[in-house]
Amino acid sequence: MPTIPATDNLVEVENVNFAYDSRQILKGVNLNIRRGQVVAIMGLSGCGKTTLLRLIGGALRPNQGEVRVGGKAVSRLNHEELFALRRRMGMLFQFGALFTDMSCYDNVAFQMREHTDLPEEVIDDLVLMKLQAVGLRGAARLMPSELSGGMARRVALARTTALDPMLIMYDEPFAGLDPVSMGVIGQLIRRLNDSLGATSIIVTHDVAEALELVDYVYFMSDGVIVTQGNPEELRASDKPFVHQFVHGETDGPMPFHYPAEDYARDLQAAQG
Amino acid sequence: MSAVVNEFFENLGGRATGAIHRLGFASRFLLLTLRNSGMCLRRFSLVTREIYFTGALSLIIILVSGLFVGMVLGLQGYDTLERYGSSSALGVLVALSLVRELGPVVAGLLFASRAGSAITAEIGLMKATEQLAAMEMMAVDPIGRVIAPRFWAGVISMPLLAAMFSAMGVFGGYLVGVRLIGVDEGSFWSQMQAAVDFREDILNGVIKSLVFGIAVSWIAVFEGYDAPPTAEGVSGATTRTVVTSSLSILALDFMLTAFMFRGA
Amino acid sequence: MMKRKTLDLWVGVFVAIGLGALLFLALKVGNLASFSAEETYLVKANFDNIGGLKKRAPVKSAGVVVGRVEDIGFDTETYEATVAMAIDKRYEFPKDTSAKILTSGLLGEQYIGLTAGGDTAKLKNGDKIKITQSAVVLENLISQFLFSKAADGNKDSNSK
Repeated sequence: MPTIPATDNLVEVENVNFAYDSRQILKGVNLNIRRGQVVAIMGLSGCGKTTLLRLIGGALRPNQGEVRVGGKAVSRLNHEELFALRRRMGMLFQFGALFTDMSCYDNVAFQMREHTDLPEEVIDDLVLMKLQAVGLRGAARLMPSELSGGMARRVALARTTALDPMLIMYDEPFAGLDPVSMGVIGQLIRRLNDSLGATSIIVTHDVAEALELVDYVYFMSDGVIVTQGNPEELRASDKPFVHQFVHGETDGPMPFHYPAEDYARDLQAAQG
Repeated sequence: MSAVVNEFFENLGGRATGAIHRLGFASRFLLLTLRNSGMCLRRFSLVTREIYFTGALSLIIILVSGLFVGMVLGLQGYDTLERYGSSSALGVLVALSLVRELGPVVAGLLFASRAGSAITAEIGLMKATEQLAAMEMMAVDPIGRVIAPRFWAGVISMPLLAAMFSAMGVFGGYLVGVRLIGVDEGSFWSQMQAAVDFREDILNGVIKSLVFGIAVSWIAVFEGYDAPPTAEGVSGATTRTVVTSSLSILALDFMLTAFMFRGA
Repeated sequence: MMKRKTLDLWVGVFVAIGLGALLFLALKVGNLASFSAEETYLVKANFDNIGGLKKRAPVKSAGVVVGRVEDIGFDTETYEATVAMAIDKRYEFPKDTSAKILTSGLLGEQYIGLTAGGDTAKLKNGDKIKITQSAVVLENLISQFLFSKAADGNKDSNSK
C-alpha cells in the first residue's frame, strides 16, 4: 500500500480501543480516509462498524487511541468545538431517522433554520435544490410516514447534505431496500460526494453494492481491521476471510458461533 | 435458610440502589433540561407548538370531566347537606372541593394519562428511530430542541387546565344545585364567595397544579428519553409514566395539603 | 406558513380560556373582588375566648361582610386572645362599637359581628374595640344546661 501524506487524510483513526462496559468492541483500529474519496468499512453485523462511525462523529469517546477529523482530535474537543465540527459533517442513519413530526421540506430545511440566519426565500430555494438533487422535489409537502423506504432514505440524504458537509457518513445506507432503490442510493452517494467535493464513509455489509461505487475498502472483523484495498484488489483477493465475506459462506475465518464455553461441558453442567 | 434471607436483602438492596440511581439520573436530567431551556424560551414558537399538543388537545376531556365531576358533587353534596338542613352551603362545598383538591388532582391525573403518556411515547419513538441521535449529529442539542419545549409546555398547560376543570366543575355544581334541584341562587354564590379565600384556597390550588405540572412533565420527558429504544421499551416507558405520575400526584397532593391547609 | 397560524390561534384560544377560568375562580368563586389589601384599616379587640375563630374569617355588621380577621394572637399579660381585623375603608364605625364572636348556623363557621354604638368619633387605624363578647363554647353551654340550678355563676357572657 502506498504511503499517503498526512495532510491528505481527512479522517485518521489511530489505535482506537473501545468497550461498552466490559464488552470490548474495537481492539486497536487504525485507518485513514483520504479527502475526496468514498470509503467503505465492511464487516458482519456487530463487528463494531457503527461504533466506529459514532467515534468519528464524537458521539462516543475511545477508551484508548485517538480519532482525528481534519487534524483535530475529536475526543478532546469541548461541547462548542464538537458542535462546530458536526456542522461540517453529515450522517445518514440506518433508516433515515427523518423527523416524523415535520414534512420532507421542513426536514431538509431543519439545519438551515437552526444554524443559519438565511431568509425564508433563500432557504426555500436551497431546500428545493437539495430535493431536486435526489429527485424528490415533488414530495416536498409529504410527511415521512407517507414515503416508501427508498424515498425516505433519499430525503434523509438530502437533509444530510443540506449544509454541504465536508464529511458524510452513511450507516448501512442499503439496509432494507429493494435492488432498484439500492442502485439509486448508491449512485446518489457517489454523485453527491463528487459534486460537493466531500469525503464519504459508508458502513455496510452489502458487499456487491458497495464494491461498485467506493474507492477504497476496509474489512473489519471482531474489532480489528483485517484487510484493506481498492475494490479490484478485493475482488481478486484469495484470502479466505474476504472470500467468505464476498460469497456469504456461513462458517469460515469468521466463526458462526458466538464465543462460548465448550459445548459438551455446558450441556453436562446444565444436567447438574 | 440464611441463603434465602441473604437473597431477600440483596434483592431489596439492589432495588433500593437501583431506584436511587434512577432518581439521581432523573434529577441530573432535569437540571440539564433547565440549563438548556434558553433556546426554546428565546424561540417561543417551539413551546407554543407543544402547548397545542399537550394543552389545547386536552381541552375537551378536561372541560367535559370537570362538568361531570361538578355535577356529581352537586348531587352528592346536596344529598348530604340536606340532612343537616344546610343545603345553602352547597356552593361552598362544591367550590372548596374543586379548587383545593379535585381540580388540581383530577386534572393532573387526566393530564398525565392524556398528555404525559403522549410525550413519553413521542420522545421514546424519536429515540428508537434515531431521530434524537440524528439531531445531535446535526449539531442541534436534542435536550434543548425536543425535551425542553415539551417540558415547559406541560408546566404552562397544567395550571390552566386545572383552573378550567375547577371553573367548569363549579358551573356543573351550579347547574345541578341551582337549576335542577333549586337551591337558592343567591346563597349558593354568596356563601361560596364568603367562604372561598383567594389566597388560601385558589392560589394554593394553582400552586398545587403547577407542582403537579412540573412533576408530570418531568416524569414524562425523562421516561421517554430513558426508554430502551425498542417497541416494548417505549410501551413500558409509557405505562411507567402514567403510573409514576399518578402516584406522584397523589403523594405530592398529600404533602402540599399538609403544608398549606394545616390548621389555617 | 398557514399551519403555524392556525396552531397559534388554537394555543391563543386555549390560554385565553385558561386565564378566563382563573379569573372566574378569583372573582366569582373567591373573594378577590370584595376586598383589596390597600383599602382597609386595622382594628384590634381582646376576647376572653375566641372559640374556633380562624384567620381570614369574615367580620360582619348587620349581616354584611365589612372586613376579615387579619391576625390572631395571645396576650401573655392579660391571658386574653388578641384579634386584629382589617375593615374595609368604605365602612366607618363609631368608637364605642362592640364586637361579638358568632356562629353562622348551628355548626357553621365562626365570625365576628360588629354592633355600632352612638359615639360621634369614628374608629381609626390601630384603634381598639373595648366592648367584646366571647365565643359561645358548646361544652360550657351544655354544662350550664345540666347544672342550670347553679346558673348564677355565669361564666360565658362576661362583658368587660
